[in-house]
Amino acid sequence: MKILVLLSQVPDTTARIAFTDGDTRFDGNGVTFIMNPYDEWYALVRALELKEAAGSGSVTTVTVGGADTEATIRKGLAIGADEAVRIDAQPTDALQVAELIAAYAKDKGFDLVLAGKETIDHNSGVVGGMVAELLGMPYVPLASKLEVSNGLATIERDVPGGVEVVEAKLPLALSASKGMAEQRIPNMRGIMAARTKPLTVVPATSVPTPAATVRFEMPPPKGAVKMIPAEEAGTLIELLHSEAKVI
Amino acid sequence: MSTIVFIDTRGEKLPKAAQEAVTYASQLNGGPVTAITFGEANGLESLGAQGARKVIVARGVKAVDSQQLTKLVADVAAAESASTIVFVHDATGKAVAPRVAARLQAGMVAGATGMPEGNRFKRNVFSGKARAYVEVSSPVKVVSLSPNSIPVAKGEGAATIEDYTGDPGPAGITVKEVRKAGTGIPLPEAEIVVSAGRGMKGPENWGPVEELAKELGAATACSRPVADMHWRPHHEHVGQTGVAIRPNCYIAIGISGAIQHLAGVNQSKVIAVINKDPEAPFFKAADYGIVGDAFEVLPKLIEAAKKLNAER
Ligand SMILES: Cc1cc2nc3c(=O)[nH]c(=O)nc-3n(C[C@H](O)[C@H](O)[C@H](O)COP(=O)(O)OP(=O)(O)OC[C@H]3O[C@@H](n4cnc5c(N)ncnc54)[C@H](O)[C@@H]3O)c2cc1C
Ligand SMILES: Nc1ncnc2c1ncn2[C@@H]1O[C@H](COP(=O)(O)O)[C@@H](O)[C@H]1O
Repeated sequence: MKILVLLSQVPDTTARIAFTDGDTRFDGNGVTFIMNPYDEWYALVRALELKEAAGSGSVTTVTVGGADTEATIRKGLAIGADEAVRIDAQPTDALQVAELIAAYAKDKGFDLVLAGKETIDHNSGVVGGMVAELLGMPYVPLASKLEVSNGLATIERDVPGGVEVVEAKLPLALSASKGMAEQRIPNMRGIMAARTKPLTVVPATSVPTPAATVRFEMPPPKGAVKMIPAEEAGTLIELLHSEAKVI
Repeated sequence: MSTIVFIDTRGEKLPKAAQEAVTYASQLNGGPVTAITFGEANGLESLGAQGARKVIVARGVKAVDSQQLTKLVADVAAAESASTIVFVHDATGKAVAPRVAARLQAGMVAGATGMPEGNRFKRNVFSGKARAYVEVSSPVKVVSLSPNSIPVAKGEGAATIEDYTGDPGPAGITVKEVRKAGTGIPLPEAEIVVSAGRGMKGPENWGPVEELAKELGAATACSRPVADMHWRPHHEHVGQTGVAIRPNCYIAIGISGAIQHLAGVNQSKVIAVINKDPEAPFFKAADYGIVGDAFEVLPKLIEAAKKLNAER
């Protein structure tokens, strides 16, 4: 089984959020960048588990990004991916990223394409579905479990008010949400091995960028919190009803 | 020029999110609005009240098969010369909208939070810690709308219903089973949420949390460690790595308010926090706060909620 994992780099979950260049760009100054948790904890680790269980196959990661993403990509190799590809472009739009990934992946015969549920900076959750369309594969978003046997995948996915169990033949694309696997910490051997694993840089092809983020803004500051003495806790319910009008 | 809106209307009643999406589509003022849906759907005429002129139903498509539904939407978009295609930013919309955007080479805005200004759409980024304005330059635009972003229009009129007569093609997936998670209100749709954390000490103490939720007609939620320790089911876990919600009212009990927790709840309209530690970070994000012991405060809240219910 040949598995492709879409790996993105994002600011650390606790990073200070600020913008620069007239609020058109995230200010990465002094910020630690990490592998997007959904890509790392769920998509990549489940891909490795499936390969290990099958005893054969390969796991490739693909990232659209500049040279600054290579430390994150190496971490993916240290966790256990066999090879990594970096498509050399600054991501500015989901369709641009998806077109670049699809151009690389088409004709490579991947059986499974795993994306994360969403990136924790842009929170779009669309790149996986776009890649699926461009590669002509079925797509199951928000998958929390994935089993594969004899070319048939069984997937649990989160739907409003419950869980749906679906089956689909490979090749197949999905986006991974919580529950699909447990986080793996790279060990020393993995880190050593990662140094010699292939990280191929491919040039970007020319693709459309039909949408662009033109400005960021911080939400208006929250008003002061209204404190209620614990002895009069019941007042909270009255205020939520008559003042805030939300219950 | 027309606007089309794809909605999932399966189930006993029309989901609020679907009505919001149709309202949004008609307020875009991009020509007549055609709604598209699938499966067994009832009461669709009423979408006229939100501005739909026509509803096209693909009764033969029963499941959220992203390929069939993409073909359906692309067919209708071509027939109606749609310039904007609206989706709901939920599990169904996430399956179909990105595919439609890729097929039509359309710029996509995921999770818009209000009406655009021209081609400029507003959405939340960094888990609600910031907002972004996205400009779409392609002739066709795809927009998915975050639930609870705009009020549902209550106009007059009934939509006409048409069956989809095209061929959606073969299904790529088969639904084997649907497991309902509890009988309560599904968390993403809830307007009031009562949530509790490790401050509750153990799963045996959730009785009053559930009772308060019941009195308020609220859904229950929890922090991540609570789900990880199996005190509560996983689908209740809210935050960065769990469900992101934006109810009108979020009541947090015994939750410290770690940044990863806030990421999933900070878009709630009103936040009330009960914590025995006055320094708990959650108070900084709150509209109302009570410093006190959950085990003493909860009974008072339940009593007040019962009183309120008796009065209305
Ligand atoms: C990458 C990453 C992702 C994460 N994602 C999430 C996520 O999605 N959701 C999430 O929730 N967390 C997430 N976390 C964990 C998060 O950082 C916190 O550890 C977690 O939210 C804490 O849960 P808690 O507030 O229930 O517990 P604690 O931090 O232990 O807080 C318990 C609170 O209860 C109060 N308390 C104690 N007893 C009482 C009492 N009797 N009455 C009233 N108050 C009392 C205490 O003062 C304290 O503030 C994530 C962490 C990481 C690193
Ligand atoms: N620049 C990128 N390179 C590789 N994969 C990406 C990139 N951006 C997004 N993805 C993948 O697409 C998923 C959804 O991202 P998004 O649509 O941006 O929220 C992520 O979890 C990744 O798996």
